[in-house]
Amino acid sequence: MSNVPVNNGRRRFLTAATSVVGGVGVIGVAVPFIGSWNPSARAKAAGAPVEVDVSKIEPGQMIRAEWRGKPVYVIRRTEEVINALPKHDDLLRDPESKEAQQPTYATNGYRSIKPEFMVALGVCTHLGCAPTHHKGDFEEFVTGVKNGFFCPCHGSKFDMAGRVFQGVPAPLNLVVPDHSFPTENTLLIGVAPGEA
Amino acid sequence: MNSFMAWIEKRLPFMDAMNKHAIQYPAPKNFNFWYVFGVLATVILVNQILTGVWLTMNYEPSGDGAFASIEYIMRDVDYGWLLRYMHSTGASAFFIVIYLHMFRGVIYGSYQKPRELLWIFGMLIYLVLMAEAFMGYLLPWGNMSYWGAQVIISLFGAIPVIGEELTIWIKGDYVISGATLNRFFALHVIALPLVLVILVFLHILALHEVGSNNPDGTNIKKPKGSVKPEELSKFTFHEQYTKKYDIVDAIPFHPYYTVKDLVAIVIFLILFSWVMFFAPEGGGYFLEAPNFTPANGLKTPEHIAPVWYFGPFYTVLRVIPEKLIGMIAMFAAIGMLFALPWFDRGVVRSFRYRSKIHLFNLTQFAVCFVALGVLGTMPASDLANLAGRIATFGYFGFFVALWIYSKNERTKPVPERVTG
Repeated sequence: MSNVPVNNGRRRFLTAATSVVGGVGVIGVAVPFIGSWNPSARAKAAGAPVEVDVSKIEPGQMIRAEWRGKPVYVIRRTEEVINALPKHDDLLRDPESKEAQQPTYATNGYRSIKPEFMVALGVCTHLGCAPTHHKGDFEEFVTGVKNGFFCPCHGSKFDMAGRVFQGVPAPLNLVVPDHSFPTENTLLIGVAPGEA
Repeated sequence: MNSFMAWIEKRLPFMDAMNKHAIQYPAPKNFNFWYVFGVLATVILVNQILTGVWLTMNYEPSGDGAFASIEYIMRDVDYGWLLRYMHSTGASAFFIVIYLHMFRGVIYGSYQKPRELLWIFGMLIYLVLMAEAFMGYLLPWGNMSYWGAQVIISLFGAIPVIGEELTIWIKGDYVISGATLNRFFALHVIALPLVLVILVFLHILALHEVGSNNPDGTNIKKPKGSVKPEELSKFTFHEQYTKKYDIVDAIPFHPYYTVKDLVAIVIFLILFSWVMFFAPEGGGYFLEAPNFTPANGLKTPEHIAPVWYFGPFYTVLRVIPEKLIGMIAMFAAIGMLFALPWFDRGVVRSFRYRSKIHLFNLTQFAVCFVALGVLGTMPASDLANLAGRIATFGYFGFFVALWIYSKNERTKPVPERVTG
């Protein structure tokens, strides 16, 4: 071996070139393996929008819709609840909804398109549990606030716009999904206004 | 027969390997009961693989069929209940013996030079085992399976920028669904067991290269020619060990420790069988009550608790109010263990010959670890949070303190030869 004339430069070039081509091949082969973990076409189709007839919700009542397998809370807020919303801003972590937990068209005082209807995922932003709606008896958790949501898992608290209170494990306000009202009484969850 | 064995030996050095790794393997003669847990872990690994293979014969990995197929195994398949309880009790037993095995390494300094890589392989086994257990726990598709996975997968959502996309990629759906179940099944029964077996092989190979530590932390391999012939161990050891070293205070692994381990295995199997037959649910800790109802994405169990063996790390996660920092702390808690050989700057291995500070530090570490584990299974409260924070501080404090005092520690002289 040692007597064989060796062109080291050529050998290095061939080794490097082979490694690069081999590396590209490995990356190429990795694509289908990683890609196959994405949601399948069927899973994507199952994520289609959901329609809710909001005329059937009584004032103050909450219903649960299911969208992409997640619970969506739809609440018809009463005049009293809407008026109480701005009164406890100092107790909230993010009263002005600066974090992008809602679409831009719902970045307002009620975190919704119509003040009357709150639409939010019933999934606590801490670890994904379902917060419970407390109608009129929320003062046991936050003094001076009559209505809100309490998460039984780790004690996170949210107000009637899904905004999180301070001093609880949940870091963010509840997620407001894309939603729109194609007609006066139809709520379409999963589609932004003007889309589709 | 002999000529047949010779024929084999020429083509595959089977007897040579047996000699090297068992019949002529020099093991320190002063092993105590702490040294049985490695073998017990191997026994459980075999149990898990065997019962696991049999369970897959009747299990149906799909969102619609999984829960019902477990009930089918429990009620309609002959001995199905036994195979499943062997598997589920085995999972908890695995962690019990692994935690004891790790603690043995910590108190006797078995991670110290030259056994750092051995320790790293052990930690990798532990890590894969946790992944294996986590994915296995989703398979019965009970409500605690579902929400436990929900909590852990949503952790990755805390990673900035890619977090949300990453959780969807892991789940293969917008929620945990049959797609998630199927991939967890594939990883649980094929990918991770393969990795686990390879790691165990490497762990044992690395052990036999550097040799076992012992409760005194002394070296049984002395420089060649430094030991008087009458003090040498009387047994025949494989030349791989004797050509480089003079070996003292050692006995062959087989038959001396195989027989000793057999006693441990018998005692272990008695305890194991008692749990399996009389308390397979482990008081609600091995199999949790909400898991007897099917997975339901719209109904959170009142109190989501991980299985007990994840308790310590779960407590670290949840006592920290900030989600991302909590997750980093949780993974750091495991990362600290990986780096243990480098936190300890001392040269004396066994706690027997180390300082009082070290003994205190080991004790508080054990207490904090157990406390974190207990708190992890309890509902959150202000008091539990406070206790959890103190225990978290103690856990991380162990490593920091060790790094500080081990540099100039007041140790006792280590005996030349083993003591008992």
